[in-house]
Amino acid sequence: MDRHAQVIDVDGLQLLIEVLASRGYTVMGPTVRDGAVVVAPVAGVADLPRGLRDEQDAAHYRLVPRDDDAFFGHAAAVQGAKPVLFPADQLLWRARRSEDGFRLDASDDDDAAPVALLGARSCDLAAVDIHDEVLLRRRFSDAHYAQRRAGTFVVAVTCGDPAGTCFCASTGTGPRPGAGFDLLLTELLEPVHRFLVEVGSVRGAEVLAEVPAAPAGPGDLAAADDVVVRATGRMGRVLETEGLRDVLYAAAESPHWDDVASRCLACTSCTLVCPTCFCTSVEDVADLTGDVAERHRVWDSCFSKDFAYIHGGSLRGETRSRYRQWITHKLAAWQDQFGMLGCVGCGRCITWCPAAIDITAEAAALRAATPLVTTGEGARR
Amino acid sequence: MTTTPLLPVPHVPPARATRPTLAVWKFASCDGCQLTLLNCEDELMALAGAVRIAYFPEATRAVVDGPYDLSLVEGSVTTPEEVERIGQIRAMSRHLVTIGACATTGGIQALRNFADVAEFRSVVYAHPEYLSTLDRSTPISAHVTVDFELRGCPVDKNQLLEVLAAYLQRRRPRIPTYSVCVECKRRGAVCVTVAHGTPCLGPVTQAGCGALCPAFARGCYGCFGPQDSPNTSALADRLLAAGMAPDEVMRVYRTFNAASEPFRRESERHEGEVSS
Repeated sequence: MDRHAQVIDVDGLQLLIEVLASRGYTVMGPTVRDGAVVVAPVAGVADLPRGLRDEQDAAHYRLVPRDDDAFFGHAAAVQGAKPVLFPADQLLWRARRSEDGFRLDASDDDDAAPVALLGARSCDLAAVDIHDEVLLRRRFSDAHYAQRRAGTFVVAVTCGDPAGTCFCASTGTGPRPGAGFDLLLTELLEPVHRFLVEVGSVRGAEVLAEVPAAPAGPGDLAAADDVVVRATGRMGRVLETEGLRDVLYAAAESPHWDDVASRCLACTSCTLVCPTCFCTSVEDVADLTGDVAERHRVWDSCFSKDFAYIHGGSLRGETRSRYRQWITHKLAAWQDQFGMLGCVGCGRCITWCPAAIDITAEAAALRAATPLVTTGEGARR
Repeated sequence: MTTTPLLPVPHVPPARATRPTLAVWKFASCDGCQLTLLNCEDELMALAGAVRIAYFPEATRAVVDGPYDLSLVEGSVTTPEEVERIGQIRAMSRHLVTIGACATTGGIQALRNFADVAEFRSVVYAHPEYLSTLDRSTPISAHVTVDFELRGCPVDKNQLLEVLAAYLQRRRPRIPTYSVCVECKRRGAVCVTVAHGTPCLGPVTQAGCGALCPAFARGCYGCFGPQDSPNTSALADRLLAAGMAPDEVMRVYRTFNAASEPFRRESERHEGEVSS
């Protein structure tokens, strides 16, 4: 395959960030805050988490030193692209009372700077693709998402050191980004610190043209391929996807849901760190005078009782039905609804569950406990 | 108690021209929730324009006689005199909203519910016979019908303004009952339990504070009481597994909302438990 790949050094990475900023992008990349890698505005390589690895397990996250200087030597950040492209609190409109009724303010989105996502992983891009399917490619597209998405420049990174909760190799969504990027970096450390850069779009090529780069040699390409091979072999978790849809449908009345519910805190953390969960609630806010009213769209969760509130009460009063709803939607019904798994194998729901509930372990337990009735329809993926 | 000792009051809808009257009452409490109202500095003028502040001794000595359209009640009931007084207040209030942990669950002073008040009294006071106190601290709802309970120790300023705005606009207050984790994740705070190993009551606690403590790398203390689906025992299991002693687990559930049903049950489960 002719990858038209080039190579840049650490100064080149610095320049790449500067070029993106000079083109008007707010560069959002990995940086350390409160003991974790978060995605936030970065001005240069000094803001990146250099020489750090993340130790991730169920309900456990710690940053530990690496024995090298890698900038991208960590796995999934606390959140993926979701807070950037699909904010936790989106103002839909603001209205002010006027003499003859009310008038609407201009949308805040109009003057928001476009974002360049630096260091997005394959799982992150797979999640963005799912959001594109849900929010853009359906009959009605989401105007706010569409606007943010269209302006976003993506500098992806090949995942070189997956964490203990990673399983993108199981879901077929990593560790090497296949599409959805403008530029793709693969960090190479030996013998010199450098980045293989592959171009995914015309504007990606335009940006790279402003950065001093050398054509990649066969050694660079082989080293980058080796990063992928090694990462694939180091996934911390496995999710058996074969027949998963049928397993979950057959497990609808499994006693296992009571077991999960005894541990589940119904805190919503899994859904709010999940890069594909897209459920929201619309809230109206009015001030004391009633002269200003706002409508906001905020992240919501199927783990909250009020989420399923209809006339007369909540449809899912018990935690067992909420966990069942979530995992069945994510791993089974999503396939019927959107033709894909709702899980990208990033492992965030495992790491950030304060009760250490592991989606791969629960899926395996359900599979083991559920006699499968063959329906003649295989899983689609 | 479910009966409403409502006096027959003339039903006058609060018209725009005549502002509804607001009364603020204090029971056993620290005044922090009343101060939250006074701390609404930017909104106080708007509030004074929207309601007529008729009784608020913390703010003004000027008193307008009742009945009142809206009463905000801070504090819990701890004396026989207070039992009588809350009945009178209910009778002269068209709407009654409790503000804060004391008024909604009994507050920190409900720690007496787990102990012998006569003993406290004899130890603390030289002449305990002068003291007339109940052996339980109870929420306002244990005595009269309450129209809305606002949680928090103290209440959150924005939630208080939302309740007042909702009352004025005759709509339901937008006060969520889900966990603190929702607010933590929405504001992008890093989970203190997962990333630092800090014990945190956020998963079992109702939102409202905006995840204030976790945003400053502290664990949640449970000021807003139990969320609507509190799995207190699963969280206790996690705290024990992380090395917390059983009596400490008892104590984390026994603070400002100690007498709320889920927290009371969980703390009692760990009473007298020995460390393994």
